[in-house]
Amino acid sequence: MIEHLPVLQIVIPLLGAPVCLLLRARGAVLVFATAVAWCTFAIALASIGIVLEQGEVVYALGGWVAPLGIEYRIDLLNAFVITVVSGVGAIVLPIGPGIHGHTVSASREYLYYAAFLLCMAGLLGVAITGDIFNVFVFLEISSLAAYTLVALGNQRRALRAAFSYLVMGTIGGTFVLIGIGFLYQMTGTLNMADLARLLPAVLDNRAVHAAFAFLLVGVGIKLAVFPLHQWLPNAYTYAPPAVSAFLAATATKVAYYLLLRLVFTIFGIGFVFGALGIAPLLQVISLAAMFIGALAAINQTDLKRLLAYSSVSQIGYMTLGLSFGSVAGLTGGLVHVANHALMKGGMFLAVACIVARTGTSAIADLRGLGRRMPATMAAFALGGLGLIGVPLTVGFISKWYLVLAAIEAGQMLLAFAILVSSLLAAVYVWRVVEVAWFQEPLQSAPHGEAPLRLLIPTWVLIGASLYFGVATDLTAGIAAQAAEQLLEVAR
Amino acid sequence: MSDPGSHMRMHEKLVLRIVAKRFIPFVLLFALYVQFHGDFGPGGGFQAGVIFAAGLILYGMIFGLGALHRVVPPRALEVAVAIGVLLYAGVGVATMMLGGNYLDYGVLDSHAPAHGQHLGILLVEGGVGITVAAVMLTIYSSFGGRERE
Repeated sequence: MIEHLPVLQIVIPLLGAPVCLLLRARGAVLVFATAVAWCTFAIALASIGIVLEQGEVVYALGGWVAPLGIEYRIDLLNAFVITVVSGVGAIVLPIGPGIHGHTVSASREYLYYAAFLLCMAGLLGVAITGDIFNVFVFLEISSLAAYTLVALGNQRRALRAAFSYLVMGTIGGTFVLIGIGFLYQMTGTLNMADLARLLPAVLDNRAVHAAFAFLLVGVGIKLAVFPLHQWLPNAYTYAPPAVSAFLAATATKVAYYLLLRLVFTIFGIGFVFGALGIAPLLQVISLAAMFIGALAAINQTDLKRLLAYSSVSQIGYMTLGLSFGSVAGLTGGLVHVANHALMKGGMFLAVACIVARTGTSAIADLRGLGRRMPATMAAFALGGLGLIGVPLTVGFISKWYLVLAAIEAGQMLLAFAILVSSLLAAVYVWRVVEVAWFQEPLQSAPHGEAPLRLLIPTWVLIGASLYFGVATDLTAGIAAQAAEQLLEVAR
Repeated sequence: MSDPGSHMRMHEKLVLRIVAKRFIPFVLLFALYVQFHGDFGPGGGFQAGVIFAAGLILYGMIFGLGALHRVVPPRALEVAVAIGVLLYAGVGVATMMLGGNYLDYGVLDSHAPAHGQHLGILLVEGGVGITVAAVMLTIYSSFGGRERE
C-alpha cells in the first residue's frame, strides 16, 4: 500500500466526507471524522519520511503517465505544506462546531464535519498535485467548502462575510483559471513539470505575461496579500472560531505554496525576478501588508478581528521571504508557514475558549480574564509572544531567517522594517494582555476554564509552537532543504 | 408559484399538467440515453444528471414541492449525493485493491483491459450522474422550500 500513499492522502478525506452524510448520528460522525483526519495526518507524516529518505515521489493517476495523465508529485516543499495542513486539521476537527455558541443545530452537525473534510481534501489536493488544472479543481473544492464553513458562524453577519468571501474567492479562482487557460494555449500541456520544460521557449510572448499576471492576482486573492485582503478580516471574524483557526492556519498557507510553485517551479526565477523584475513590487506590497495589517490590528476592538488583521500582516512576512529569491528568504517564508499556522491556529482556538465561556470576543469584555481563565489566556499570550518574535518561540525562527535574508541581500532597510513591524505586533498583543491581566474582572466574568475539548487542542498547537521554537531541526531544517531544492530547480 | 391565490395553481392548468405529464418520462429517458451513450458520443454523467434533475424539477414546479418530495424524499437526496461520490471514489479504491493505480480501470477485468476500462468509466460516470442529479434537486428544494417557512 506504501506506493499508494500520495493518492490516499486525498482519497481518504474525500471519501470520508460522503460517509459522514450517510452516518448522520452525532457521536458516530465525530468519531469517524476524527479518525479520518488523523489517518490523513499519519499519511502525511509517512510521506514526508519517504520523501526525506528517497527524494521525490510520483504517482500517476489511473496509470496514465504525465503529461497525458494527472500525476501527484510530492517533494519536500509540498510534503511540508501537506503535513502542516493535515496536522492542524487533525487537531482542530474534533472540536466540532457546537461547543462555542451553538452555531449549528445538533441534528445537522454531520454537515459541518463533511464540509471540514472536503475543505481539507481540497487544500491537500492543491498542494499534492503536479497538474495545474487539477490545482484549480482542488482550489474550488476547498474554497466552496470554506465558504460553507464560514457561513456557519452564529451571527447573521457570518452570511454576509461568507458571501463576500465567495465573491472574492470566485474572482480569484476565475483569474487562476484564465491564467491556466493561457498557459495551456501557449504550451499545450497542463503538467507543471512539462510546463517548466516548455515555457522558456515562449517566455517573450504577451500571452504568457498575461497568464502570469492573472495567476499572480488570482493566487494573491486566495492568499489575501495586501491589497487583496479585504475578504479576510470579515471571514475570520464571523466564522465559528474553530473554523477561523483552521482556515487561518491552512487556506492562505496553501495559496502561498501555490505562489512558490508558480514563481520557482513553473515560470522560473529568471523570468519572474529577472525579465519581469517583480521583486521590488513584491517587497513594497509585503511591507505595506506588514505595517498596515499590524496598524489595523492595533485599532481593533474585537479579538478575532485583531487576529485576522494580524494574519494580513504575517502574510506580508511570507511574501517578503519569497521576494528575496534566496535560500535564506525562502526558508524564512516557508518556515513561517508552519510557525504561523501553529501560533495563529492556537490563538484562534484560545479565542474559541473565551467565546465558549463568555459568549463574546470583544476585547473590552476580556477584563480580568487572565485570573479567571489562566490556562486560556496564558496560551493566548504565548502565541502572542510568537507573533512578536520573542526568542524561544517559533516566531523568532521565522524572523531570524528573514532578517538574515535581508542582510544577505544588502537591504538593511528591510531588515530594520521587519524589526519595527515586530514592535507593532508587540503593541497589539500587549493591548490584550493588559486588559486580561491588569484590570479587575467584570462581575459577569466566568469562573473556571473552557471545556477540555477546546483547551487541549489549544495547548497542543501553542505547545508545538514553543517546542519548534527550540527544536528547529525539524521545521526550519526541512524548510531550508525544501528552499534549496526549489532554487536548484529554478536555476 | 404554488401559493394559493387569485391565480390558479400550476397543476390546475390543464395544458401545463398534461404536457408535463407526457413530457417528463421522455426527459428522464433522454437523460438515461445521454448517460449511457456517453461512452460513444457526446454526453456523460454530468449532462445526464442535469437533464434527469431538470425532469424532476419540472415535476416539482407543476405539482409542487410536496409532490416532488413524495417521489424523492429529501433524506434520499442526501444519501444519493453521498452514494454518487462513494461510487466514483470506490471504483478508484477497487482498482487499487486489484493491484493497479488509483482509477486504473484496466485492472477491473483481468482478461481484457478494454472491458475493464469500459466498466470503470461506466461506474464512474454513473456516480457523477447520481451526485449531479441529487445536488441539482437539493439546490432546487432548498430554494423552493424557503418561501414556505
